[in-house]
Amino acid sequence: MAQTTVTTRLKKLINTPETEVKDAMAGMAAAHADLIRVEYDPNVIIRKDAPRKGKVGLVSGGGSGHEPMHGGYVGLGMLDAACPGAVFTSPTPDQMARATAAVDGGAGVLHIVKNYTGDIMNFEMAAELARGEGAKVNAVITNDDVAVQDSLYTAGRRGVGVTVLLEKIVGGAAEAGADLDAVTTLAKKVNANGRSMGMALTSCIVPAAGKVTFEIADDEMELGIGIHGEPGRERTKLKSADEIAEILTSTIVKDLPYKRGDEVLAFVNGMGGTPLIELYVIFNAVNRYLTGEGIKITRSLVGNYITSLEMAGCSVTLLKLDAETTKFWDAPVHTPALRWKV
Amino acid sequence: MAVTGAQIYAWLERYAGIVAEQKQYLTGLDAAIGDGDHGINMDRGFQTVLVKLAPVRDKDVGTLLKTTGMALVGSVGGAGGPLYGTFFLRAGAALDGKAEVSDRDLVGALEAGLKGVVERGKANPNDKTMVDALTPAIEQAKQALDSGAPLEQALTAAADAAEKGMKATIPLKALKGRASYLGDRSIGHQDPGATSSYLMLRALSDSLAALPQRASTTTT
Repeated sequence: MAQTTVTTRLKKLINTPETEVKDAMAGMAAAHADLIRVEYDPNVIIRKDAPRKGKVGLVSGGGSGHEPMHGGYVGLGMLDAACPGAVFTSPTPDQMARATAAVDGGAGVLHIVKNYTGDIMNFEMAAELARGEGAKVNAVITNDDVAVQDSLYTAGRRGVGVTVLLEKIVGGAAEAGADLDAVTTLAKKVNANGRSMGMALTSCIVPAAGKVTFEIADDEMELGIGIHGEPGRERTKLKSADEIAEILTSTIVKDLPYKRGDEVLAFVNGMGGTPLIELYVIFNAVNRYLTGEGIKITRSLVGNYITSLEMAGCSVTLLKLDAETTKFWDAPVHTPALRWKV
Repeated sequence: MAVTGAQIYAWLERYAGIVAEQKQYLTGLDAAIGDGDHGINMDRGFQTVLVKLAPVRDKDVGTLLKTTGMALVGSVGGAGGPLYGTFFLRAGAALDGKAEVSDRDLVGALEAGLKGVVERGKANPNDKTMVDALTPAIEQAKQALDSGAPLEQALTAAADAAEKGMKATIPLKALKGRASYLGDRSIGHQDPGATSSYLMLRALSDSLAALPQRASTTTT
């Protein structure tokens, strides 16, 4: 068996691995009592004033360890509830069923699901449970990671950076009163127009495992990394930030493809262990590359928004914008992690 | 021979112990081609199973299995939760209300469980998943019963076939789950889900045969 892990001292700001998620939820509730409330067993983070009568409820969820996604996006103009699983592990159907019931204001509920085998199956079981209780539930799946070949031979592309942008844009539409079908259609449009690719400089330690998920040499990087410390598709020697940005951006541009004259939202995301100064170095190179291709950045987001614990690295996401998606990106938002125009 | 609720409970308890014992091993297999949490998740799930089974341990076989399924669905997460949860829910539904079950009923329930796993996960044979351990195992158990073998023998044959199926996942390229993201790099690694499924069937065979505990957790 080719197991390659090394024992590393668990040097983390936690009490025990078992209590980490609940301790963090309690911290969020205390820090953002004006925006959210939390429930335990099943664990759910809920918008303080949910359910809002007549508003489509937006529910997302996934493994913990990607903060601020998703709990940090609960609030005005974004999600109505988030279901945090164990670290890097999909939440369970009872969580999503409870979240759905808690935010259903009579206009139906949209589940926003990242394309991972476990997330899909748990959300499917939750939707079956919720529909059994009479709820109207749609689901949209994000699968924007170009590093994974989308074919019959894989579980399909992973949902990564576009998920954050989708939650914001669709949240704006739901806040403005769009109905469930309209919200679902918009969510699919956002996913269809977005692409991402990530890379890692280091691995990360899942607290319950207590050791790094994979080993990587000091002079190597992993291209096409996911957000769970799962290995990517290619291990190469470390390159400069400009070269890395160009590899990620050119792969994304060719995939959709993005064309001359397109207007895009460019999102440079940190994996959790990379300082903001380096993300701006990457953004600079992304901007230069896109300018050369005649693609115009009209909106941007730079920072740690969909992370992989303390992994160092970044991902680049491009979203082709139109008037509708631009309008809802710009719409007011007030959540623990994103706030503007409020 | 008729299988009693007490024997089914003994199986679940034994398997919970094996999962706890093999937690690091399963997690290590998963770290190689997945996200390194299979043992941790399964252990959390089966510790929950033991807690939830305590108040119903004298109930019928169907209740024991369904309680196990619900506990797993609500505590494991990942893909393992819905898949193992569905396996036990379907197996339990097939044995609803039965205090004792016949050999054929038991194997039929395992088959119903497998069918649920395939529906939920949409995996085909040779996709490098738990289906690769469960499918040949249940086939072998049915054949053994058809040829007149006693249940102990049928379940030993099932565990042996699961072990073979588990080992046969090593040269396969993963086509489902997170391991599929690796493409060819998934080749050469044993599938963690097939491994936990093998351990489950070996635990069943060992507990029903009431043999003295033997090395049932090959870690090669």
